[in-house]
Amino acid sequence: MTTIVKQTTKLIAGMIFMYGIYVIVHGHLTPGGGFAGGVIMAGSFILLILAYGSDFLKLLKEESGTTMYENLAMIVVLFLAVSGLLIGTHVFFLNWIPKGTVGHLVSAGILPLYNIFVGIEVAASIVTIFLALIIFKEEVSK
Amino acid sequence: MIVYWLCFILFLVGLYGVITRRNLIKIAISLSIMEFSTFLFFALVGYFEGGVAPIVDPADPVKLYVDPLPQALVLTAIVIGLATTALLMAVIIRIYRKYGSLDIREIKNLRG
Amino acid sequence: MEIAISVITGFMIIGALYAIHARDLLSAVIACGIVGYSLVICFLLLKAPDLAIVQIVIETITLIIMVAVVLDSTREEKYQKFDRQGYFTAILSILIIVVLFYFMMNSVSSLDPFGEGKLRMAQSYVEGATEKTGSANLVTGVVFDFRGYDTLGEATVLVTAVLGVLTIMRIKGKK
Repeated sequence: MTTIVKQTTKLIAGMIFMYGIYVIVHGHLTPGGGFAGGVIMAGSFILLILAYGSDFLKLLKEESGTTMYENLAMIVVLFLAVSGLLIGTHVFFLNWIPKGTVGHLVSAGILPLYNIFVGIEVAASIVTIFLALIIFKEEVSK
Repeated sequence: MIVYWLCFILFLVGLYGVITRRNLIKIAISLSIMEFSTFLFFALVGYFEGGVAPIVDPADPVKLYVDPLPQALVLTAIVIGLATTALLMAVIIRIYRKYGSLDIREIKNLRG
Repeated sequence: MEIAISVITGFMIIGALYAIHARDLLSAVIACGIVGYSLVICFLLLKAPDLAIVQIVIETITLIIMVAVVLDSTREEKYQKFDRQGYFTAILSILIIVVLFYFMMNSVSSLDPFGEGKLRMAQSYVEGATEKTGSANLVTGVVFDFRGYDTLGEATVLVTAVLGVLTIMRIKGKK
């Protein structure tokens, strides 16, 4: 891509990433949540990859990193689901953290934690799919 | 009532494409059209005349909200739709590399 | 409201028909984008902002992947001549459509008219939901609290699909 595209991408990609984080963190107050914010975060990475091509970072290293993040986030979601059993009750998916007042940023108990980790998982999975397709194309053209 | 029928016709268009087309990318497109019609049907069933979007304002609670249950089901299904489409595309790329064609009749003839 | 959504759904049907019959695969993929982006407008009219946010980003990423695949393989669809197999599939599709039409006729009569339904199962999810979950967004409350099992299953499907893509797209084995 040309220099103009690269510089514009440099300016915009960070803002899109921040917007994704905003959508995830305010998932229990405004429209959005883990799934929407995760997809927006993945969109910022895809924009970087499309603009800079394969010379931006070593893609293979990147791919193993995203795979790790994805699996770790999945394990944490499972652990949060089981945590209701660990503290002595007999309910799967129990919302045991105190809920606070409705409408504040720190409220709704365990739901924001689910939002954050599902967001990481969705973002990492979509970036992994995209990287796998690109790495295949690079390896074939070599 | 007519909205449900139009939504059903959209589903039938996708089904017709899956059965009659022989190109793999056309089949993938038809599958995603069927998916879209299902999402639209769920959202239509959950809509109430005069309802507001299901976001509660604690200072000013509203009487009637749109049904949040179909929206929650569709929300996860949309993300899964992307993953399955990407899986389908991966299979299509590998088939094209192996047989040099996207037509399922030619792939069937080349077997063995 | 019903008229507006009917018009947009009509556009979606036209886009879908064009996507299925176009000879150029690239224009077929773009016509599939018409259907997806019209769906975003439908979601906004149906008071579902969560779905609209997700759908507009997902549709863009899907289009990027599909266009990349089409440019990587061929753009032309082979001409489909009408042989015996073509007649067979056409008759088969008409049969299946007639059967589905019969079932739809029965089920539409049991549906509520558009926009006048009642909350049935979700009644308990809406009444007092803010006290039960503490979340102002009712959709998030349903996704992660009342229907947590569903979300866990969908997350597992996502991980499995990614593993499938990684397995299929690998040429050289990793050590």
